Amino acid sequence: MNIEEKHKLATRWFHWINFPILSLMIFSGMLIYWSYDPYRIGIGSFTLIHMFPDWFYDVTHVDHKLAYGMALHFFLAWIFALNGIAYVIYTIVSGEWRELAPEAKSFGEALQVMKHDLGLKVPMPPQGRYNAAQRITYSAIIVMGGFSLLSGLAIYKPAQLRWLTALMGGYEWARFEHFWLTMGYVGFFGIHIAQVIRAGWGNLRSMVCGYDIVDAESSHAK
Amino acid sequence: MQNDPKAEIARRSRRSFMVLGGGAAAGLAGWVALNRGGEAGDIPPALRGILGFNERVVRGALYSNDHLVRTYPESAIGNIKVNADFGLDDDIEDADWRLAVTPYGTSQPSARLTMADIRALPRVEEIIDFKCVEGWSCVTKFTGARLSDFTAKFAPGSEKAACVGMKTPDEEYYVGLDMPSALHPQTLLAYEMNGKPLEAGHGAPLRLAIPVKYGIKNIKRIGSIEYTDERPKDYWAERGYDWYAGL
Repeated sequence: MNIEEKHKLATRWFHWINFPILSLMIFSGMLIYWSYDPYRIGIGSFTLIHMFPDWFYDVTHVDHKLAYGMALHFFLAWIFALNGIAYVIYTIVSGEWRELAPEAKSFGEALQVMKHDLGLKVPMPPQGRYNAAQRITYSAIIVMGGFSLLSGLAIYKPAQLRWLTALMGGYEWARFEHFWLTMGYVGFFGIHIAQVIRAGWGNLRSMVCGYDIVDAESSHAK
Repeated sequence: MQNDPKAEIARRSRRSFMVLGGGAAAGLAGWVALNRGGEAGDIPPALRGILGFNERVVRGALYSNDHLVRTYPESAIGNIKVNADFGLDDDIEDADWRLAVTPYGTSQPSARLTMADIRALPRVEEIIDFKCVEGWSCVTKFTGARLSDFTAKFAPGSEKAACVGMKTPDEEYYVGLDMPSALHPQTLLAYEMNGKPLEAGHGAPLRLAIPVKYGIKNIKRIGSIEYTDERPKDYWAERGYDWYAGL
């Protein structure tokens, strides 16, 4: 048995700052979205789910708080953006991006990881800090964060940042993208929490203190 | 590692969880401070302060009167709804309507203008995307006089003021504007919408069309215009919205 560093101090700070901020960004985003909620899942005239159904608003009480939602959103956005930009710079400068960015083989391996995680008798491919599925998912989440920031700015100042709004496909498209990226985070969050529970206490602890106990022989070479 | 790994990780995780707990407590205290106080119906003062900070950043780093909003062809014009009727319910006959103008540095109106006075200014047409603070938008054509032309003609020198305030005749609805946005070339005192004279619900006989701001600033049925350094009161700013409300 030995203890091994799993996550750097900086990474852990970025992660645990982002978690409550992104949660509150989604919450304040809901307060804003309520006052004009055109999106749905459906085809043609058939609507499977209206985003969001009345019962959802009844349960969450996000109604009639547009002004508060906007003020909150435009404060938290500073922290979300600065924390995210600092993380990206750190990851590039420290070289940690090498352990995070998907490799050519990641896409094939990710399928294997998924089958393994779903309980099929498929061996886990050898991995570094992150497995192939994690590499793809975590990298995608960072790219999505960048798009959330850009589409958000495109909605926030479509006159002064007209070029950015145009780049996002126009004002309405920017709002559409901003919304569905957020739904992407909600989906990610569900899977992420399930995986954290599955992985157990040692894994969660390593995201807080940075270290985990490993068997000497399974300790991967740095 | 020399120490017993289990003891070592217990020590490390104790310390880290204390830091995490401290961070959570600090975050919670910040959240409480952010949400404390404020008038009923308004946002807390800390959030109001942040809106003010954002306004300074935007006005300092982004805003320019050379930044024109996108314009559209006639075919893109939508059917804009009447979203609110605050301040439209007075007993003034159209023929009796006047626009009271109070120039910078004075406290009494210097002129009470008729629609003929405003129609005499250069006529400008624009097809822009009208954006409601609620999130929807609708391409709309506005025709009228530039507020900058109006100011030069009827309140010369008032461009030096920091702000413009406008009210409905019954003073039920009112907006405050920063001077750069008021003088933006696409800011119009509009008397026609989508090629027809303004309807009552859309603010006849004269309304503001200011596409660098959310719809809440596009006051209908203007009764008075005042140029001041002090920020004029603003209906929706009193109800929690950003006073600047710039796009």
